Amino acid sequence: MSGEKEIRNKIRSVKNMQKITSAMEKVAASKIRKAQQQMEASRPYAQRIRRVISHLSQANPDTRHPFLIEREVRRVGIIVISTDRGLCGGLNVNLFKTVIGEIAKWRDEKVEVDLALVGAKAVQFFRRLGGNVVGTASHLGDRPQVNDLIGSIKIMLDAYSDGKIDRLFLMHNEFISAMSQKPEVTTLLPVSEISIEGEELQEHWDYIYEPEAGELLEDFLSRYIESQVYRGAVENFACEMAAKMVAMKSATDNAGEIIDKLQLVYNKARQAAITQEISEIVGGAAAVSG
Amino acid sequence: MATIQVDIVSAEGEIHSGEAKMVFAPAKMGEIGIAPRHAPLLTALKPGEVRVEGIDGSDHFFYITGGMLEVQPHLVTVLADTALRGDQLDEAAALAAKDEAEKALEGVSDETDLARAHAELAEAEARYRAAQKLKGKR
Repeated sequence: MSGEKEIRNKIRSVKNMQKITSAMEKVAASKIRKAQQQMEASRPYAQRIRRVISHLSQANPDTRHPFLIEREVRRVGIIVISTDRGLCGGLNVNLFKTVIGEIAKWRDEKVEVDLALVGAKAVQFFRRLGGNVVGTASHLGDRPQVNDLIGSIKIMLDAYSDGKIDRLFLMHNEFISAMSQKPEVTTLLPVSEISIEGEELQEHWDYIYEPEAGELLEDFLSRYIESQVYRGAVENFACEMAAKMVAMKSATDNAGEIIDKLQLVYNKARQAAITQEISEIVGGAAAVSG
Repeated sequence: MATIQVDIVSAEGEIHSGEAKMVFAPAKMGEIGIAPRHAPLLTALKPGEVRVEGIDGSDHFFYITGGMLEVQPHLVTVLADTALRGDQLDEAAALAAKDEAEKALEGVSDETDLARAHAELAEAEARYRAAQKLKGKR
């Protein structure tokens, strides 16, 4: 049996760990709220831009933008949003499993996959695994900003315009509740038609475009896609914090259990030592008087 | 009197929503004014300020760093790239940003750097003008 002192040290170090995990749990819990507010704040933009796109699909432009046209799939692009840091349970692993499943599915159809990665964890994972990574963005911090994402999105949009990829997907974790998150796949390109009910516009009209329509639509649809990716990043951040809170809570609980067990072992060891001492004294006294 | 619904939003939040008599915005091809029953219009915006004339006669200013504008006869939607409330504008910071952009313009060879610096300069100038105007009003 290990010595009393060793056990005492072990208990102390587990207690320190417990302090850290419980602090992380509390930090994550407070950040979830902020992340949810950010998600809420991104909603008006998404709604308005959807409304404009629905108007756009009712207009009668001379040209249809390539972003709106479905074509035969020979190569696809996936934007994967992961977290920057670990210690958030199975969140990233579940997402990557889904991504790998998706890649395998496309490969079966002889379709190659290009990846754009957001978040340091995805970068690490696919560096080891391999895969055709065309762009990365990481270290977004607590408040992801559209600015940080534009680069990777642009790579994919350009690839689409040049005909290098024929479809673009977004994969990230969906925030269902603080207890539950699940990986989600969204199609970004081609942009599917949106119609908002209960809104009727006059027939046979078109916008006045300033400057020329093609360029404007490109800018416009890029912004639509950026806003979706931005929302994905914000949502994923909320998921990260929720998963971290749960993971840290169970780590704190586990540390508590280990401390209890160690305490028991420590008490037994101390008792054994005392018993041994007493029996030695008694034995010694008996030898002297005998 | 006819009014027009104005929604100004950026990816990071809603900025303004309400009825107005008239809206002015810095379109790419030049400043435009939009009255109710304007023809449908889609245009890009450059850095500058959006002015909303409220129905009670009050003016609201919003500084935007660029974006898109959609007009339907009874609806104006401004999709701002990043927009801050006018009263949050910090004149000193705007000047510093302008200085920095101007410094960056000197002795840059790379074309993309130059393009970026030009954009930053235009933005800083617009910010500064907006701040000046706000200062005058107070």
